[in-house]
Amino acid sequence: MTIMTLDQIINSLGLTVLTDLKDFKSLTPSYGYTSDLLSCVMSGAKNQGVWVTLQAHNNIVAVAALLELAAVIITEGAMPDETTVAKANEQGITLLSTEKASFYIAGKLWEMGLRDV
Amino acid sequence: MSSEESRKNILVDDSVAENITRVEELAYELKIREVMERNVRTLDSELKMQSAADLFRQQRISGAPVTKNGELIGILSIEDVIRCLVANDMDAPVTRYMTSKVRTIMATDPVVEALKFFVNTGVGRLPVLDEKGNMEGIITKGDLTSGLLFALQRSIQEEELKTYRASHLFEDITSNRTSLILRYVIQPRDFTHGGTASSNIKRALLRMGASPQIARRCGIAAYEAEMNLIIHTTNGGNMRVEIEPHKIALDVFDYGPGIPDIESAMKPGYSTATDSIRELGFGAGMGLVNIARCVDSMKLESVVGKGTRLKMTILLESETVGEGYAGKKEVS
Repeated sequence: MTIMTLDQIINSLGLTVLTDLKDFKSLTPSYGYTSDLLSCVMSGAKNQGVWVTLQAHNNIVAVAALLELAAVIITEGAMPDETTVAKANEQGITLLSTEKASFYIAGKLWEMGLRDV
Repeated sequence: MSSEESRKNILVDDSVAENITRVEELAYELKIREVMERNVRTLDSELKMQSAADLFRQQRISGAPVTKNGELIGILSIEDVIRCLVANDMDAPVTRYMTSKVRTIMATDPVVEALKFFVNTGVGRLPVLDEKGNMEGIITKGDLTSGLLFALQRSIQEEELKTYRASHLFEDITSNRTSLILRYVIQPRDFTHGGTASSNIKRALLRMGASPQIARRCGIAAYEAEMNLIIHTTNGGNMRVEIEPHKIALDVFDYGPGIPDIESAMKPGYSTATDSIRELGFGAGMGLVNIARCVDSMKLESVVGKGTRLKMTILLESETVGEGYAGKKEVS
């Protein structure tokens, strides 16, 4: 399995970091999960994984925090509001944003070697 | 510090940043009085420079306040002694070479004030005055550093002690049955705070020394139950978590509207959520299924028009894998 850092993911996919900058080079997510249904994420996403979704409301932070996800990639240009970003910072969750669709992002992550699902 | 060095120092990782923040906090919390040197060696205004120089050398100090009849009138530093040596004027009184415009600081000021002063002026020491304006002590950069380090260590120890105490709560308290109860009131449609109670429950469990897996399973079960109260109830509901040495019992109840068909409700994918709620990503019909997967046993009771009660248990000792519903079908 290829080990990649969150920093590489952010740079290769051209993601915008919405939350506070962290040492992304030290984070090495090894799982990915894509769904917009929170309960499915609750049951399917793994610890320290990356979650791809087009949901941008504040409950994604609660889900990401409970599951201790490395990052949430919000797709199709959906933008969380300030409160959500503030809540994410408070909980230490990284929110990333892209104009691309979930399918494209998941495909790229797979291509990069993030396959341990 | 050169600009190159200061740039380099901006790059700190999270753990360092966390410590810096704590030191900063302490710099505001700690008062000068707590870190200053009380045993101040003062120089009488009549004293000759030669005697002051001898005193500095013997006592290994690099400066001292000058007083006249107990009142602070100046400060003499090693630099002043050097100036005097160069001028070959060691018989002069200290008053001739001292700095007479003395900057002072209040004993009640936060440490950060002294820190700012030292950084901005390059001065090495500050006499400390009490509320009445009398000299109470002296503070140097060294006092600041050791004072802050000491306070930092103390605060880390206090934090460790807190966690230790929490995780040994059940061992330290003797009774026939000891438990800790956490209660949360959940408001209907309060999506803004959705997940807050579950996060707090998870944090409490970790603090009490539960394993990360147990805390995670309990967090997921609590989250789904909490969201159910937010999404479906008429007037919100209550969550009650009872932590015992061997198990965690979650009791979630509300006063309506009640579930007409419990059997369907337990089926994966079945949901009564409205379209607007589904748009938020809820209503996947997986909530109760997720709960069953995470707990060791669950019991769902509901009366239409009266309310719903969901009781869940997670066992701590066996480190079980959950599957409460799927495995035991303990649903009434």
